Amino acid sequence: MRAADDVPEWRVNSADPASREGVVASLWRARDLIGYFALRDLRVRYKQAALGVVWVLLQPIASVALFTLVFRRVANISSQGIAYPLFALVGMTVWLYFSTAVVRGSEVLVESPDLITKVSFPRIAAPAAAMLAPLADFAVSFVLVIVLFAYYSVTPSWRLLATPIWLVLVVLAALGVALWLSALNVKYRDVRHAMGPLVQLWLFASPVAYPSSLLSGWKELAIAVNPMTGLIGLARWSVLGTPWPGWPLAVSLASLAAIMGSGLVYFRRAERAFADVI
Amino acid sequence: MDLIQFERVSKRYVIGQRMNAREAVAQATSRLLRRGASPSSELWSIKDVSFSVRDGEALGIVGRNGAGKSTILKILAGITAPTSGSSRTRGRVAALLEVGTGFHPELTGRENIYLNGAILGMSRRDITLRFAQIVDFSGVDRFLDTPVKRYSSGMYLRLAFAVAAHLEPDVLVVDEILAVGDAEFQRKCIGRMHEAEAEGRTLVFVSHDLDSLTKICQRSLWLEGGEIRDSGPTPTIVRDYLNSGLAPAERGHGLAITSGPITVAAVRVRPDSTVAGGADAALMFGDQLRVEIEFDVSAETPGLDLAVMVTTGSGVRVLDELLSEQSITRFTPGSYRVEVLIPPLLNAGDYSIGLWFGTPHEEFLAEPAAAMFSVHGGDPTRPDRIVAAKLPFAVHRLASINVVD
Repeated sequence: MRAADDVPEWRVNSADPASREGVVASLWRARDLIGYFALRDLRVRYKQAALGVVWVLLQPIASVALFTLVFRRVANISSQGIAYPLFALVGMTVWLYFSTAVVRGSEVLVESPDLITKVSFPRIAAPAAAMLAPLADFAVSFVLVIVLFAYYSVTPSWRLLATPIWLVLVVLAALGVALWLSALNVKYRDVRHAMGPLVQLWLFASPVAYPSSLLSGWKELAIAVNPMTGLIGLARWSVLGTPWPGWPLAVSLASLAAIMGSGLVYFRRAERAFADVI
Repeated sequence: MDLIQFERVSKRYVIGQRMNAREAVAQATSRLLRRGASPSSELWSIKDVSFSVRDGEALGIVGRNGAGKSTILKILAGITAPTSGSSRTRGRVAALLEVGTGFHPELTGRENIYLNGAILGMSRRDITLRFAQIVDFSGVDRFLDTPVKRYSSGMYLRLAFAVAAHLEPDVLVVDEILAVGDAEFQRKCIGRMHEAEAEGRTLVFVSHDLDSLTKICQRSLWLEGGEIRDSGPTPTIVRDYLNSGLAPAERGHGLAITSGPITVAAVRVRPDSTVAGGADAALMFGDQLRVEIEFDVSAETPGLDLAVMVTTGSGVRVLDELLSEQSITRFTPGSYRVEVLIPPLLNAGDYSIGLWFGTPHEEFLAEPAAAMFSVHGGDPTRPDRIVAAKLPFAVHRLASINVVD
C-alpha cells in the first residue's frame, strides 16, 4: 500500500498510437539499457577473439592496400592532392563504421526473439545501442590515420576539431538505415540475405576509393543522394583538408533527414506488431 | 486505488502473418487484383476482457491452454498492443514470462546480472543497490566472474531467478516460470511469490499449480475461449474450474485437445478390471484405479514425455507422475494408449486428472483438468484426509518405559 501523494501516472497500452510514449522519452527511459547492450556487444566482440584489436586493424589495412593497388596503380584515380593511401583510409574508416553499425543494427532485433516476446523495453533501444560498439572499432582504426599522418608528415588543421560533428551525422545516418532494416528484418527474414550485396554495392556507390569530384552533372547529384557521399566528403575536409564538399553535402544531409524521419515513422509503426510477427 | 485497469480488451492474431518477401509480394498483388479478399484467417485470442486490480491485491488467472492467459499478460506488460480496448497500469510493471531473458552465454555472471536487470527495467543504481542481495539469493557467488556458458542449468536458472526476484516493481506479473527447474527451485519461486504477496505487492499470477494459486491469490479470473467465464474468490473459481472437466472420466467421453504434435483423444478412469462389476462400475473407495490416456503423436518429437496428475476438488495436487521417471519411451508418430495404475489410496471425493506433455525444452500441453472423477463410499467420519493409505501399524508391548531424568 502506498501514500496517496505517491501515485504514479497511468501507462496506457491501447490500439491508439497516440497513447504511446514519445521517441525521446523512450530513449531516455532506456538510457541505462542502451549502455548495457553496447557493453555486451563490446565484451562479446573482444572476449572471444584472441587477436582482438588486430582484426579491427586488419580490415582497413587490407582494403586500403587493395584499393591503392587497383584504383591508384591500375586506374590512376585522383585523390585531391592527398597521398592515396591516406585519402582511401579516411574514407574506409568512416565507411567501415557505417557498414558495421548498419549490419549489426539490422540483426539486433531478430537475433534473440525472446527479448521481443518475453520482455517489454523500448524497442528502439536495441538498434540505437547497436550504433555504439562499432565506435570502438572506429577509434582503433583512427589510430592508423594518425600513423599515416606521421608517415606522410601531414599536420592536421583546426578543421579536425569538427570531427564530433561529422561523426554524429554518420551515426545518425547509420541509425536511420538500421531502423528501417531492423524492423523489416522482423517481418521479412530476406533482409539477412540482402545485407551482403547491399553493403558491397553501397561501398562502391560511396566515394571511399575515389573522390566524388570525379563525377559531374546529374551523376554527381545522383551519388549525393547517398548520405555517405556528403559525409565522407565532410570527413575528408575535416581530417585531410580537401575542398569543402559544397552543395552535394546539402543533398546528402536532406537525404539523411529523409531516411532518419521515415525510418523512425516506420519503426514506430512496425514495433507494435514485433511480438506478434517475430 | 486501482493499479491495473483492463478495459474491454480484445486481441486478434492473423494466422500466417509471418511471411517472406515473396509471399508478401504475392499477397499484395492478389489484393490489388481482387479487392477486399482476405487471404489469411484470424484468431481472436481474447475478446472484450475487462477487469481491474487494486493496489496490494493478488489476482490469479486460470484457464486451459489457448484460453488467452498469456495474451493478457503480454498486453499488461506492454509487450504487444491490443487490437481494441485499453490496458492501463500504474507504476513499474515487471512481467516474468520467462527468467534469464537476454542472458548472454559469453558474459560472466556479474555482467549478466547488470544486463538482465536493465532489460527487466532496473536502473544501474537499482542493480548496484541490490547486487549483494541478488548474488546472495542466487548462491553462485564463487562463479560470479565465470562466463554463464560454464554454469550448470541449475546455477543458470538460480541466477536468472535471483535477478527477477529483486525487481521490486509496483505490479508483478508472473507466468508459468515455475514449470522449469527442480523441486528446490520451484519451492524458492513459490516462496518468493508468497513474500511479494505478504509485502503487499500487486500481483497477477497465471499458473496450472492451482494449490499455490489458491494460497497466493485472493481473487481469480477463469478464462475460457478468450473470454472471462467467471471471476470471484480463488477457492470457488478453482473448484468450479476443476469440476468443469470436459467430460466425467468414468464415462470416457471423447475430448480432443490438440497442442503442438499432441492430440489427446480420451482420458478415462476405471476401476482396475479385475474388480467385480466390470469396467463401467462406479469408482469405490478402496478400488485400484486405472487411468487411461489415448493420444496421437503427429510428428517425430525427441524427448517427448508425459505426466499424469491427480488434483482434489479444492486444487491440492495429490499425485504428479512423470513417465520418464519410470522408463524412457520413444514416441514415434502414431496412436498410443498409456495406462497408469493408482493404488487404492484416494479417499472418497471429487478429483481431476491433469495431463502434461512436453520435452525438456518445450511444453506442449499442461491441462490440470483434462477429466474428472469421483470416488464413492469411504469413511464418512473422516472426510478431510485426501489419502487413506491404510498404513500398517506395528504395536509392541514393552515391559517398562525408560524415562531419562
